[in-house]
Amino acid sequence: MNEPRPLSIGVDVGGTNTDAVVLDELGAVLASTKQPTTPDVTGGIRASIAEVLAQIGERRHRVSRVMLGTTHATNAIVSRRELGRVAMVRLGAPAATEYPPLSGWPADLTATALAGTSMLGGGHMVDGTPIAPLDRDGILRFLDGLDRFDAVAVAGIFSPSFPEQELEVAALIRSHFGPDAQVFLSQDIGPIGLLERENATALNAALYGVARSVTRALLTVVEEEGLDATTYFAQNDGTLMSLDYAAQYPVLTIGSGPANSIRGAAYLSGVDDAIVVDVGGTTSDLGVLVNGFPRESTLPREIGGVRTNFRMPDILSLAVGGGTVVDPATGRLGPESVGYRIESDALLFGGSIATLTDAAILAGASLGGRSLPNLTGGTRSALRSALGRAHERLEEAVERLSLGRLDLPLVVVGGGAFLVPDDLPGAGTVVRPHHGDVANAVGAAISLAGGRADQMSDVEDREAAIEAASTAAIAKAIQAGADPLQVAVVDVLETPVSYTTRPTVKVSVKAAGPLAHLGAFAPAAT
Amino acid sequence: MVHASPDAPTRERLTSVSAADIAPLAAGCAVFGTGGGGAVYTSQLSTEQALEAAGPVSLVTVDELDADDAVIMMSGIGAPTVGIEMLSSTSQIDALLAGAEAAAGRPITTLMAAEIGGSNGVSPVGWAARLGLKLLDADGMGRAFPEATMIAMNVAGVPCDFAVMADVVGNVVTMRTVDLAWLERHARAVTVASGGLCLGAHYPLTAATAKGAVIEGTVSAAIRVGRALLSSPDPVRAVAEELAAAVLVSGKVIDVARRTEGGFVRGSVTIAGVGADRGRLQRIELQNENLIVLEDGEVLATVPDLVTIVDSETGHAISTEMLRFGQRVSVLAWACDPLWRTERGLELAGPGAFGYDLPYVPFEGAQR
Repeated sequence: MNEPRPLSIGVDVGGTNTDAVVLDELGAVLASTKQPTTPDVTGGIRASIAEVLAQIGERRHRVSRVMLGTTHATNAIVSRRELGRVAMVRLGAPAATEYPPLSGWPADLTATALAGTSMLGGGHMVDGTPIAPLDRDGILRFLDGLDRFDAVAVAGIFSPSFPEQELEVAALIRSHFGPDAQVFLSQDIGPIGLLERENATALNAALYGVARSVTRALLTVVEEEGLDATTYFAQNDGTLMSLDYAAQYPVLTIGSGPANSIRGAAYLSGVDDAIVVDVGGTTSDLGVLVNGFPRESTLPREIGGVRTNFRMPDILSLAVGGGTVVDPATGRLGPESVGYRIESDALLFGGSIATLTDAAILAGASLGGRSLPNLTGGTRSALRSALGRAHERLEEAVERLSLGRLDLPLVVVGGGAFLVPDDLPGAGTVVRPHHGDVANAVGAAISLAGGRADQMSDVEDREAAIEAASTAAIAKAIQAGADPLQVAVVDVLETPVSYTTRPTVKVSVKAAGPLAHLGAFAPAAT
Repeated sequence: MVHASPDAPTRERLTSVSAADIAPLAAGCAVFGTGGGGAVYTSQLSTEQALEAAGPVSLVTVDELDADDAVIMMSGIGAPTVGIEMLSSTSQIDALLAGAEAAAGRPITTLMAAEIGGSNGVSPVGWAARLGLKLLDADGMGRAFPEATMIAMNVAGVPCDFAVMADVVGNVVTMRTVDLAWLERHARAVTVASGGLCLGAHYPLTAATAKGAVIEGTVSAAIRVGRALLSSPDPVRAVAEELAAAVLVSGKVIDVARRTEGGFVRGSVTIAGVGADRGRLQRIELQNENLIVLEDGEVLATVPDLVTIVDSETGHAISTEMLRFGQRVSVLAWACDPLWRTERGLELAGPGAFGYDLPYVPFEGAQR
């Protein structure tokens, strides 16, 4: 094939809508659509991809990449559906026996997703000294004694710093149960913090089947459409991973929706440092863009009642959206929302429920040439006061996220963008990028491939440790699909460790790069 | 997650601690940690499980101790960064109790927290439940301090007869040291050899020696503060009222400088005021815990008075290791126990004890 194939399709599966876009080689949006998300996921993906392909006509043959962002894994955990049964192996006994693995899990999740847990000899101290010899027999006895398990999760104490033992255990399990045994290692999932890393690793193992069904759905649609395209998934930190990687580490897709929206907003607006607000039907999600990436949360996050510590974007969600209900008597604002029913329920659309959309129209916004019915003076004043309150909440949220800087631009995206005024106190210039309503899908389409690695080190050797962690992070990014020629370290975090023989520091490095070019599309000059 | 009953009476001393009290206790201990003492979440998890299995722990005052009661303190010693990864073993507390009874030559009946701040305020409740012991409604600091010498019994002149330390592997060390400075030195070496984390039992006390030598009522106080925090729509204000604390500033973290020095994390955090406090800048000096608050070259509060940085939204305390650029925080300060304001108390835990050439100015809760 000699024709260049530089087109990318970005798809974002949200709770209400599945958005899709096609980007050309310069990153211009050639086509976009919003389709309803379907319960089986495939339907919405199929409809949205079919629609954007129809919009670009013959150029469909130039599509070489399809990128998907999805909340499907999150929904599976929250709704306890489609989860596999996980056997959790912890290496480190007698250490940590006061805290049995997964003991903080909600009972219904444990009943659904847990085949059993075991605390066995192994693991390391902070300086690499073994806590106990690795109990190889104990691992096999534990697994052989279980009724049924679909996947094994393994977490060793200080394995992010000393990964060899977990790898040895994976090899042991595969040699005993066969090469297809599903084994998930904590070193691939999260940093230091045993209980949270264990939780995330076990959730990841439970999501194995779910991930496979979504990756298959995407492959099926791509095949049905006759596309010769490589497929990717978006992950929490605004970077992409290959389909194989997503099937192996589905838990890393859990925060990708907000990350995509922030990355897409950055891309469409051309701004690298900004506050981003994505206004939907039910909520406004605000994030911070630092050097083109979403700022990450430093606090543990709960998913479906389970505490985890993998990297997630720092998102502030407000119950302020286009469908947020206004009390016509008092002007009280939400938190209820008519959500996807806005086109039947809001006053503007002939319905009987006053919403923030109606308030914005009353204040002068225009939406599809529609106009409000006659309103009583009381209702008008209630709508005005509610819109004022919504603006105050947005202002407070922007102020909270802006780190004392008053000049950061505010990039406004999402279907409810008209709710944000042009002169929000505390914000710099308000930027409303073209195609901002499908920023999520754009974010999926333009994401970089990334990887992260941690290392403990003597302070004196910290440069060597950063070097080693950088090498590991770059290898992970390339494994996730990054172009080996363009991948670079984008973030280095150092944390001192006290009470050690020698001054010790933990370094955490993130690498990212554009996706490797495919097919006949020639690599960019470097 | 267990929550406090919203109608719980305040200012009342508790006579027992149940599983439902642990979430408030943990939140309160984080506040009393003044930035140190270790993360409370993991301690909360195991302590709740211990109380659910063993039932409530009996909480007694110093006055309620009998002549044949023997009290010992148990605590974790080490690096919080290690503590979130290499967690404690179930057999460590059994080894400590056996070691303490052997060293004391008599049965131990009662546990006490060395410090009410952070995880060390929470875990002893679970340990008492597991070991079947009573818990003293008191602790050795009334907060968290970084060094073993900074303890109320030392202020009161009560000697520490022995200390026992146990690591996660099963090693047990019994130390009979000359004084607390030597104990600190040896305990530190044992902790490092143990991989950065140990559990320890030290300072055996009796009804007679405990009187006037411990900070009383602090378990009840931590639970009250936690209940106020978890049940109020305005948690920062609720916590401040419960502690009779002043809010020194509300703002954003704009700089965090940290370095490891002599086994401690030292540094400072700078907070820029927002809202009504816009334009104000405060710096807080750290050594594991928050030590000194400065604004425009003036000292607003200093050790041994208590300074805690809390999340402005939730009221939850933020430890020095969790401070990050951009966090929105409020700084609380309140007066320490009078024991710490004695000459001996200030010598052990005043600004000079942390290497600052500053006079101690008692913080009396002056509002901004």
